[in-house]
Amino acid sequence: MKDEITRDERVDNLKGMGCSRKRVEDARFTQGKGNYVDDIKLDGMLFGDFVRSPYAHARITSINTEEALKVPGVLAVLTAADLEPLGLHWMPTLAGDKQMVLADGKVLFQGQEVAFVVAEDRYAAADGIELVEVEYEELPVIVDPFEALQSDVVLREDLVAEDGSVPDGAHGARKHPNHIFTWEAGDKDPTDQVIAEADVVATESMYYHRTHPCPLETCGCVASMDKVNGKLTLWGTFQAPHAIRTVVSLISGIEEHNIRVISPDIGGGFGNKVGAYPGYVCSVVASIVTGKPVKWIEDRMDNLMTTAFARDYHMTGKIAATKEGKITGLHCQVVADHGGFDACADPTKFPAGFMNICTGSYDIPTAYLEVDGVYTNKAPGGVSYRCSFRVTEAVYFIERMIEVLAIELNMDAAELRRMNFIKKEQFPYKAALGWEYDSGDYHTAWDKALETVDYAGLRAEQAQRVEDFKAGKTRSLMGIGLSFFTEIVGAGPVKNCDILGLGMFDSCEIRIHPTGSAIARLGTISQGQGHATTFAQILATEIGLPADSITIEEGDTDTAPYGLGTYGSRSTPVAGAATAMAGRKIRAKAQMIAAYLLEVHDNDVEFDVDRFVVKGAPERFKTMKEVAFAAYNQAIPGLEPGLEAVSYYDPPNMTYPFGAYVCVMDIDVDTGVPDIRRFYALDDCGTRINPMIIEGQVHGGLTEALAVSLGQEIAYDDMGNVKTGTLMDFFLPTAWEVPNYETDHTVTPSPHHPIGAKGVGESPHVGGVPCFSNAVQDAFRPFGNRHTNMPHDHWRIWKTANELGLHE
Amino acid sequence: MIPAAFEYYRPKDMEGVLSLLAEHGDEARVMAGGHSLIPMMKLRMADVPHLIDLQDVGGLSDIEVGTDSIRIGAMVTQSDIITHEGLATAAPILREAALQIADPQVRYMGTVGGNVANGDPGNDMPGLMQCLDATFHLIGADGTRDVPARDFYEAAYMTAREDEEVLTAVTIPLLKGGHAYEKQKRKIGDYATAAAAVQIVNEGGTCAAASIAMTNLSDTPIYSQAACDALVGTSVDDSAIKAAMAAMLGDIDPSEDNRGPVAFKKHVAGIILRRAIERAWSRA
Ligand SMILES: Cc1cc2nc3c(=O)[nH]c(=O)nc-3n(C[C@H](O)[C@H](O)[C@H](O)COP(=O)(O)OP(=O)(O)OC[C@H]3O[C@@H](n4cnc5c(N)ncnc54)[C@H](O)[C@@H]3O)c2cc1C
Repeated sequence: MKDEITRDERVDNLKGMGCSRKRVEDARFTQGKGNYVDDIKLDGMLFGDFVRSPYAHARITSINTEEALKVPGVLAVLTAADLEPLGLHWMPTLAGDKQMVLADGKVLFQGQEVAFVVAEDRYAAADGIELVEVEYEELPVIVDPFEALQSDVVLREDLVAEDGSVPDGAHGARKHPNHIFTWEAGDKDPTDQVIAEADVVATESMYYHRTHPCPLETCGCVASMDKVNGKLTLWGTFQAPHAIRTVVSLISGIEEHNIRVISPDIGGGFGNKVGAYPGYVCSVVASIVTGKPVKWIEDRMDNLMTTAFARDYHMTGKIAATKEGKITGLHCQVVADHGGFDACADPTKFPAGFMNICTGSYDIPTAYLEVDGVYTNKAPGGVSYRCSFRVTEAVYFIERMIEVLAIELNMDAAELRRMNFIKKEQFPYKAALGWEYDSGDYHTAWDKALETVDYAGLRAEQAQRVEDFKAGKTRSLMGIGLSFFTEIVGAGPVKNCDILGLGMFDSCEIRIHPTGSAIARLGTISQGQGHATTFAQILATEIGLPADSITIEEGDTDTAPYGLGTYGSRSTPVAGAATAMAGRKIRAKAQMIAAYLLEVHDNDVEFDVDRFVVKGAPERFKTMKEVAFAAYNQAIPGLEPGLEAVSYYDPPNMTYPFGAYVCVMDIDVDTGVPDIRRFYALDDCGTRINPMIIEGQVHGGLTEALAVSLGQEIAYDDMGNVKTGTLMDFFLPTAWEVPNYETDHTVTPSPHHPIGAKGVGESPHVGGVPCFSNAVQDAFRPFGNRHTNMPHDHWRIWKTANELGLHE
Repeated sequence: MIPAAFEYYRPKDMEGVLSLLAEHGDEARVMAGGHSLIPMMKLRMADVPHLIDLQDVGGLSDIEVGTDSIRIGAMVTQSDIITHEGLATAAPILREAALQIADPQVRYMGTVGGNVANGDPGNDMPGLMQCLDATFHLIGADGTRDVPARDFYEAAYMTAREDEEVLTAVTIPLLKGGHAYEKQKRKIGDYATAAAAVQIVNEGGTCAAASIAMTNLSDTPIYSQAACDALVGTSVDDSAIKAAMAAMLGDIDPSEDNRGPVAFKKHVAGIILRRAIERAWSRA
């Protein structure tokens, strides 16, 4: 065979790591040919939907289903009483609590599932829902966690002993019937002491409001029980299909091999699709009862009002420093509103997620964190909305505290950050609250960012603007938002990370076909991240077959190896590592085959891009394609036929991506309308697999950050009514509201990851939220603003201006 | 988000529409673009057992720019308004306002008739029509009648139109002077936090005539005669504008919602009016 192309061309042909390969998924998505759960249509399929509570806290005195059952097409109405004999009226949550599947005597939040109407189509189900008569006896509503901790009103009677005492919960002692847990990290006394003795202490309380991931596709499933062979197939919007299979088996008693869970295409997850919802359980039960497939699909209001929310953290911080600005200690106290059930999605040992990353990018010697989880009459959840387990909260907290400290010290906030960054040579860095940061070069990233945006120039312009404002020449102020974040992703090492006892490793299984193409299956599941594109690129570089010849498949538990799924930016750090490791196993065997074919010793050949060459004789080689064929047609002494590998990867540590963001914003003081003039985002996610996909992830994450900081919220009134249950009021930005993002990068590989990649999907959200918020707050700093809470929608910005006396 | 069952009709002429309305009384409703009505039905806030689609009824989709007035058929869409060349010169405020309604997808469906007949205080065209002193043409079993836009709105979703009447067109007297439609909203596709429609005539540096209407600041659109009066005869200087703002604030009655509390809305209403007046005056 003649070899005319150059080595560089051979590299290019693979479309491996570093290549902005076009997304293979997009051909079907852009043509409307995706296959989402609601696209699944089976013979005789029924449709189920919920009667939901209009009240936030009420006792149910009766449920009458008679009229509903008369609606043509309505076949059954399930209530808690029907599920109880099966033991399915409650289900375990991911956080060690339990949650009602259908209201068992009372409801704890507006929209709670009360009855499940099963009908021949969704129209009949909707009509049936209208006719289920539920009598409620209203109870006092608590929407404020501080009030909950004082109140005599007990939300969860099931968690109080008969003598009125409060038994321990899944995370230890509880101090009140409405209290869920206290979780601590760091050293309390030394921190208190540092703060007591410090030159300067800045104290601030902030509320990180409740919001919602709001994926474009809502949650749903199709359950199909085949009574002939006893197999249950469950299609659904699952970010963790394997974990769902195990959970379904544990709670239903169906043996795990008889359950097949399939996540088809998923239209965005952002954490919303990690947990288990009553709709899944009810669909399964309804399918078992009727013997027919049952579909359940949320509408937008169901999704916003009842499935997993994010944040709702009340955070109080104290940050201590020398008068020169060197930070000496940090104290963080959190009251976390978890709603009616603790259905937070965090690794078991971390009921407040990785909130203890809240020392951020700074070398803070002493710190203490305390989080109290509290029940209220709001929807359950508490997921990581495009961030790894409460990291957004942590980064928002520290990036606000830095700004407040800068005010206290009368210092420039950029300089204060630079002074306190962990230095490059300090990595691996052991943080005061327990984590060991793998690698970083913060100063380089920060300097590059500030230089690119001409930070000094921006500050001069801002000062001029303030003067003009004071002179009555303009009614617009200018804010410069800074944020430097350190993410913690890639959960995680099995020794300290599990969900419901399942270790958070991940997996990849590869089969090379005789003609030199391949299929790889992983334990993760893409929800828009482009796994089929990027994982093929990792393999292309590792095994020397073109990415275009590698199929990536995820989401079918009957075929894919076990894994914990996709959330918390864990796919590349964990499953991506498994992919590289499995690829290396393939390569190791391929090397032996190549050596045999070349009639040399194993150690005398070496891998080069897409082939094995005899050391010192590059004209003698076997391509990976040739090796693949040989694996299936040659009897090689001492080697089994075939070319397959599987790897289960237990990461030795988390990965710590970081980045430097700057936002420039003009604010109309009179109307409260912000205008984002510029947004610069420098991300360091270690090794870059596909720069185009990274850029897309950054744009998406920044847009969600913009949404959360500038208006997106799940707001409740005092009666526990959701005020923002439709997209008319729940802010989802469009192309119109979104600025032009400038992206940039540095590359600091992870030292412990096989390819040095750290994950990027969530960074822009984590770093973006404080950046937008800081821009708003910075605009008002010259007039005495210290801190105002998000979301910075028009009226709240206006209110800040108003309270600072900036209106006539 | 599934409506209750309903019968769907698609009559070919107005006679067919009117006989269906006579037959089913308040159980029937006409549908134009459906972009206000269908969401209400899906939320089960509107119960419409008999839905009469106006799409196939002829003669409702014309725009006629005459010498002293403009006539716009009820089924003319917001998108038609934006693309119509004659309107762009004869009544540029219509285009300026229509571009601030919803988003392109909604504007392809949403009609002028539906927008003004709906009676939702959030709709932009009712205030606009009051500003332009439009007349609404209605047809019913007893024939046709005309109602001035400024007399049409009674309360939220309550208008002078009887249930069995259909709005066929609006007529606008030919416009004079400068114009502006100023709207603050939270995002594309949102109804106004506050909006102002202003048409103003400048004769030698003096305001000879002014017309001002506000949107989403009461349960109906607010045509503010007092605000107009505050401008007429002045040079539209700062004190005149302030007087107009104060007069307007006396006429509106906003309520708190997710956009913000009353104090905020009043403040923004004043600012929006000021900007609308300044822009209109600069074009007058
Ligand atoms: C996402 C979204 C955003 C929007 N934003 C805005 C906005 O910013 N500003 C704004 O003004 N509007 C907005 N709208 C509303 C939109 O402009 C509607 O299309 C318009 O209000 C109604 O027009 P329609 O043709 O769709 O009427 P329909 O929905 O068909 O009808 C509305 C009502 O008017 C009645 N009706 C319709 N035509 C007639 C007629 N000829 N005679 C008598 N009665 C009639 C119907 O019976 C119904 O009660 C928005 C809508 C959506 C979905």
